[in-house]
Amino acid sequence: MRLRPGLVADYRSDVAIFRSNVQRFWFAVLLVAVVLLGLGGTLPLIPGLVDFSLTGDLLLIAVSAVFASIGAIGLNIVTGFAGQVSLGHAFFLGLGAFTGAVLGGSEVTRQVVDLSTGQFVEKTLVVGYQLDLSIWLPAAGLVAALAGLIVAPVAFRLRGLYLAFVTLGLVFIGDHLFREASILTGGVGVGRPTGVPSLFGFRFDQDGEFFGIFLEKEQKLFFLGLVLLIVLGFVAKNLARSRVGRALAAIRDRDIAAEMMGIPLARYKMIAFVVSSFYAGVAGALLYSAIGHLEPGTFNLLLSIEFIAMVLIGGVSTVSGSIMGAVFITFLPKMVKWLAGITVFGLDPFFFISDSPAGGFVNLPQMELILFGGLIVVFLILEPLGLYGIWIRIRNYWKAWPFSY
Amino acid sequence: MRAQLLHEILPAAVPDGTPLLEIHDIHLSFAGVKAIDGVSLTVRRGEVFAVIGPNGAGKTSIFNCISGVYRPQRGSLSFEGHDLLGMRPDRVADLGVARTFQNIELFPQLTVLDNLMLGRHQHLRYGTPAAMVRIGKAAREEARNRAVVEGIVEFLDIQQHRKSFVAMLPYGIQKRVELGRALAMAPRLLLLDEPTSGMNLEETEDMARFITDIRRELGIGILLVDHDMHLVMDLADTVLAIDFGRPIAVGKPREIQSNQDVIRAYLGQEHAVADPGGSA
Repeated sequence: MRLRPGLVADYRSDVAIFRSNVQRFWFAVLLVAVVLLGLGGTLPLIPGLVDFSLTGDLLLIAVSAVFASIGAIGLNIVTGFAGQVSLGHAFFLGLGAFTGAVLGGSEVTRQVVDLSTGQFVEKTLVVGYQLDLSIWLPAAGLVAALAGLIVAPVAFRLRGLYLAFVTLGLVFIGDHLFREASILTGGVGVGRPTGVPSLFGFRFDQDGEFFGIFLEKEQKLFFLGLVLLIVLGFVAKNLARSRVGRALAAIRDRDIAAEMMGIPLARYKMIAFVVSSFYAGVAGALLYSAIGHLEPGTFNLLLSIEFIAMVLIGGVSTVSGSIMGAVFITFLPKMVKWLAGITVFGLDPFFFISDSPAGGFVNLPQMELILFGGLIVVFLILEPLGLYGIWIRIRNYWKAWPFSY
Repeated sequence: MRAQLLHEILPAAVPDGTPLLEIHDIHLSFAGVKAIDGVSLTVRRGEVFAVIGPNGAGKTSIFNCISGVYRPQRGSLSFEGHDLLGMRPDRVADLGVARTFQNIELFPQLTVLDNLMLGRHQHLRYGTPAAMVRIGKAAREEARNRAVVEGIVEFLDIQQHRKSFVAMLPYGIQKRVELGRALAMAPRLLLLDEPTSGMNLEETEDMARFITDIRRELGIGILLVDHDMHLVMDLADTVLAIDFGRPIAVGKPREIQSNQDVIRAYLGQEHAVADPGGSA
């Protein structure tokens, strides 16, 4: 029976992700806008949209932002939904990255002289099996998920600060493993090629035509990431509104009461860690595919904190907040650079930020770190719901406009 | 909707008076403090069994022993023949024991509906993969259990608070939601830990009516702890008075009311307590 438009008449539509056609419409608009951003100047039909497009390094950052979003959703599942503070996200990202690289990347060999015979022989420096994307990407997620499964029992007994410290230890263990296992990772300062994003022969890492439209490799990767993000985003959203999501929220809010409501804590903490690590593995495997090179030193504490910042600034325990946070944090270096170069009426308001590494009061990377810490503090105090909370307030304001309430 | 509530919650047809919970001579001590010292009790189906006693007498400790939060050092606890000793809290809940808490233990960041749906957790039969795609079974199960929860919403008359976050609700309503969450678990034994503490007269009256209705319509066993003596005397079939973890007296409300030892315990005077393991 069709009642008033938008009137909820059954339980299923009451808990739907999009509860009205208005929401569906605006999601579609957002999607079209993002696709146009990615297509950029290559779409000849609408010349006016050229200014609207992402090109060059902006596009490269956008690719990272999309993949980072997947990782941020992952962290939000364990830290936001289930309330288990994890500083070990970099470890799972790294596991995914190197699994993807080993299975999907190319081998690195070098000619060396065999001392006993005096002959030149091929020596394998880094192994690589060059498998298809359809194999190495799920494998990267699964290996990370398996690691999550192994780590999860620690979280059964610990919570809060203690869990944070244990997961912190995980980063250092991971860092050490990645540095030492040079046959898989290439070793410190050298690194190795990432997994080749080639799906059934279609190369995402090479410029080429796709259904008659010429796309640069960054554009292809952007769309690959976008599709994965949409799928994994909806999966996370479904999880959040299911019995599993409610159980995780219950454990976050009051774990002892949750247990007395019939929720086995160990089982659900395990689910949170496994799903979260899977997301991290997938994100890690793709994060550096645009650059094509991977270095073991990347997966350190700073990367974990970067993801924590994405979750906190974007919005704890929201999927859209994770994406907003990831985009914001990934674009932060670019924004700082832009701020440093800005001039108002011939004056330089950000004169203290220097372009060169040595000069000035603070240089760009230092300014990024300052903003990083500052923003986390500011958001925690002033807007605990993050960018998502700001968005909700804007939305509610316009819902009631022009009235105050 | 009410019919659906009854249909979902009504326990298997066993006659009133069948023993549900049997506690025999439990002892619990924390280091030197004896919290429970030889308490025995039996809660039967369709019965309201009240435990009273001054502050610190060990009432909530008894609840925590049943729920599996504490493990008594001695004695036995069984529910419908299942040994509860050393069982994890979530397993005890699975058996059909639900409880409310002295200080509200709702999930403040969830809505009333989500809190009640959480009570349905063990009745929602689908796994994590189904939850991720949410087609077919998961969606059907959610809708079916939502109908049950709506029955409870109607029973407790909290329709207007459905989508409110629990943290925003007044205290009396929160207490009611907590009762609803326990009911949603479709228990055969309901543990109510001070359901009317901190409530005004009107809220207490409402709560008393809910308890009477639950007992009459669902016929489940209720174990009640409360400091409101009028409420206890009105509702309970059997009352057990304890002090310092030891049973003082057990019997019909009227007998307990006139028991000199119970009166002395409340006034803080010298009184006799039964031997540990005595006939309580």
